[in-house]
Amino acid sequence: MLNIPLWKRIMIWGACALGLLFALPNAFYTRVEGHNDAVAKIEALGETPELVASKGAWPGWMPSSLVNLGLDLRGGAHLLAEVQVEDVYEARIDAMWPEVRDALRAERDTIGTIRRQDSALDELRVRISQPEGMQSALTAVRALARPIVSLSGVGENDIEVSADGDELIVVLSEAEKLATDERTIRQSLEIIRRRVDEVGTREPTIQRQGSDRILIQVPGLGSAEELKALIGTTAQLTFNPVVSRTGDDTVNPGARNVLLPSLDDEGVFYILERTPVVTGEDLTNAQPSFDQNGRPAVSFQFNVSGARKFGDYTAENIGSPFAIVLDEEVISAPVIQDHIPGGSGIITGNFSVEESTELAVLLRAGALPAELTFLEERTIGPELGADSIEAGKIACIVAFAAVLIFMGLSYGLFGIAANIALIVNVGLIFGLLSSIGVTLTLPGIAGIVLTIGMAVDANVLIFERIREELKAGRGPARSIELGYEKALSAIIDANITTLITAVILLVMGSGPVQGFAWTLMFGIITSVFTAIFVTRLIIVLWLERARPKTLEV
Amino acid sequence: MRLKLVPEETSWDFFKLSKVTFGASMLAMVASVILFFVMGLNFGIDFRGGTTIRTSAEQSVDVGAYRDALSPLGLGDISITEVFDPTKPDQNVTQIRIEAQQGDESVAGETVNAVKSALQTVDPSVDFQEVTSVGPKVSGELIQTAVLAVVAAIFTVLVYIWLRFEWQFSVGAVAALVHDIVLTIGIFSLLQIKFDLAIIAALLTIVGYSLNDTVVVFDRVRENLRRYKKLELKDVLNLSINETLSRTVMTSVTTLLALIALIVLGGDVIRGFVFAMILGVVIGTYSSVFVASNVLLMLGVKRDWSRPDPNAAGTQFADVDA
Repeated sequence: MLNIPLWKRIMIWGACALGLLFALPNAFYTRVEGHNDAVAKIEALGETPELVASKGAWPGWMPSSLVNLGLDLRGGAHLLAEVQVEDVYEARIDAMWPEVRDALRAERDTIGTIRRQDSALDELRVRISQPEGMQSALTAVRALARPIVSLSGVGENDIEVSADGDELIVVLSEAEKLATDERTIRQSLEIIRRRVDEVGTREPTIQRQGSDRILIQVPGLGSAEELKALIGTTAQLTFNPVVSRTGDDTVNPGARNVLLPSLDDEGVFYILERTPVVTGEDLTNAQPSFDQNGRPAVSFQFNVSGARKFGDYTAENIGSPFAIVLDEEVISAPVIQDHIPGGSGIITGNFSVEESTELAVLLRAGALPAELTFLEERTIGPELGADSIEAGKIACIVAFAAVLIFMGLSYGLFGIAANIALIVNVGLIFGLLSSIGVTLTLPGIAGIVLTIGMAVDANVLIFERIREELKAGRGPARSIELGYEKALSAIIDANITTLITAVILLVMGSGPVQGFAWTLMFGIITSVFTAIFVTRLIIVLWLERARPKTLEV
Repeated sequence: MRLKLVPEETSWDFFKLSKVTFGASMLAMVASVILFFVMGLNFGIDFRGGTTIRTSAEQSVDVGAYRDALSPLGLGDISITEVFDPTKPDQNVTQIRIEAQQGDESVAGETVNAVKSALQTVDPSVDFQEVTSVGPKVSGELIQTAVLAVVAAIFTVLVYIWLRFEWQFSVGAVAALVHDIVLTIGIFSLLQIKFDLAIIAALLTIVGYSLNDTVVVFDRVRENLRRYKKLELKDVLNLSINETLSRTVMTSVTTLLALIALIVLGGDVIRGFVFAMILGVVIGTYSSVFVASNVLLMLGVKRDWSRPDPNAAGTQFADVDA
């Protein structure tokens, strides 16, 4: 046990050196942070003298990953949002109507006339005047079903069609709902990411959590309200046919219609068809511009399918008004003067230049496919975070010093060996934290302090064992050897049980608690490593050099 | 000369008063359960939803004025506490807690804004350092996961120790764990310290720490059972506890040193968390000696450890070498 071959010694020191090298950037936090920012900026925007200077503040060949500070340490906004995936079912079903209508019209001879019924929002009900033709109606609509391409949904179609008396019912299949949910979440993630990036803050976290939740953390943002305003604005743009205009907001709009207020004229309401002609999803571009009178406006462009739908509609409805609706408010309701081919247009209203710019940005980023509800929000001011870091640092240093002194007093030379190992240990924890990219939180700092206290445990176990062996009358080298040998099973058992709890915390905990679990887990691993390998190597080195006849531990 | 917290050689009888210590532990557990049901835990918003706002101001805080400003808003039960940190006597920090508003599925930004502007009329210098809102949906789930985490931790440990030792050891260790957790919860009920997610993390750390201690004692018991085949179980236990006593005390002291540094200097944000851990270390150290070993003694163990069995517990890792 005491003959450690050279290659092992090199491995042990090598591992320590590597860990410490990765921990080193954290000792020069601001300088390295400046370097990293400069590198990123140079890549994006090209070189400037200042950027080159701050890049040069830290050598490029050194590791430059820093410990990721959690929101509770650097301040910022945190939101946990739930995506209302059901919203999308409604739009999907609604979009089926023209197709279903056309399919049924082709069968007019057997099923008679058709009429869409008012129904629950996630189903489509069509009444046919000749119920005996239901069978062919079903066949016609079923032919519209498309197979789902997904791993789990093999052989399933996207819609289910059934009959209820003289009514035909179309609903989304379960498999299609799952696939839709998945798409909705991904789309929401993407849109949130784009909107947050638009503000340009550093290192936002945008993560999916569970099946339908999204976690958004943006460091440096003033409040969760701001973040909500940023991502929560839906900017849902639709173009709907206008049924009529009214001044009464209590009027019943009738089946399949909606009543929406005008944005600019108070007391004016429009009754619109619920199903839009085109939506913002078909937009390819939107830009702030000016109308012919020089007032701020937003010009936009549709994609091919949007342009076709828009062109067809305008061609068929010259002379009738249509409404441009943004977030359930009618921006304007111009009368279609002429066929508009080519799919571009302009939205005018009482905009200021800022408003038109903002609207263009929102339209470009795209609408969130479904509404978000916010389940949890946190705002942490930057001072509180700075205070916490400061307090954590001081506590760490004091705890460190206290344990070092105490170990030195209790075990003398061996205590010093354990102390060196402890210093290496904390270095290794930081090395692991920064190279793996774990976020350090306030409880995480507590985990480090706790580790400082508990890390000596393995060494204490060994030293106490060596003492016992010495008392039993064995020689120094033999005692040390036996001490290590016999303490090992206790060290392993004790640390594995603690590791189990750390892993459970990691799996089941959230946010700050996970930060604690990480540091605790790293602390356990590094403390066992340092106790079994580093301390032993130090003691063996000393033993080889001093060759003591007696030993006091 | 070495600093020694425990005399070199001890042969204290830890079971002489076993009836008293065990009885005391049982009594404390019963008291904790009663406290939990009578007084209840002071759950933080993590577990019951609502909003907390941490304010800091330039002038000293008049809690009454804050309360008067907030009561017209009709937000239900509002608790306002001034945070006192002995290391920072001149900070004027309060913690305001607002219960979850009726009928709110998610968190309401308007409530927070109303509170903010109401407080700013009292003291324009008020700054909002931290605002946290948790909706009822999440808080319900958090309770579930927290309870599940603690149960999962206990169960996994039960299995691990059973595999590595014998089932009696496993029961003893888990009895000690349950004892520690119940007592900690009892003390939190008694002192009405805010019980939030971080405290659950602390509880699990206590589980880990208490186990660490118990396992070290049990490891020695296992070894001594092999060595002294004729010795009575009670004496083997006593011997093992005495032999490991110095280590038990050393580790507890170094851990407590670190934790005390943290509770004094670490700031008020994590004070509850650290307090739970300090409690846990003290109770955990006590329980590994007086609860785990007592249970083991009551259950008795298989004494035939001599059979040479290559897969016998405790040998799997014994040949790990550097």
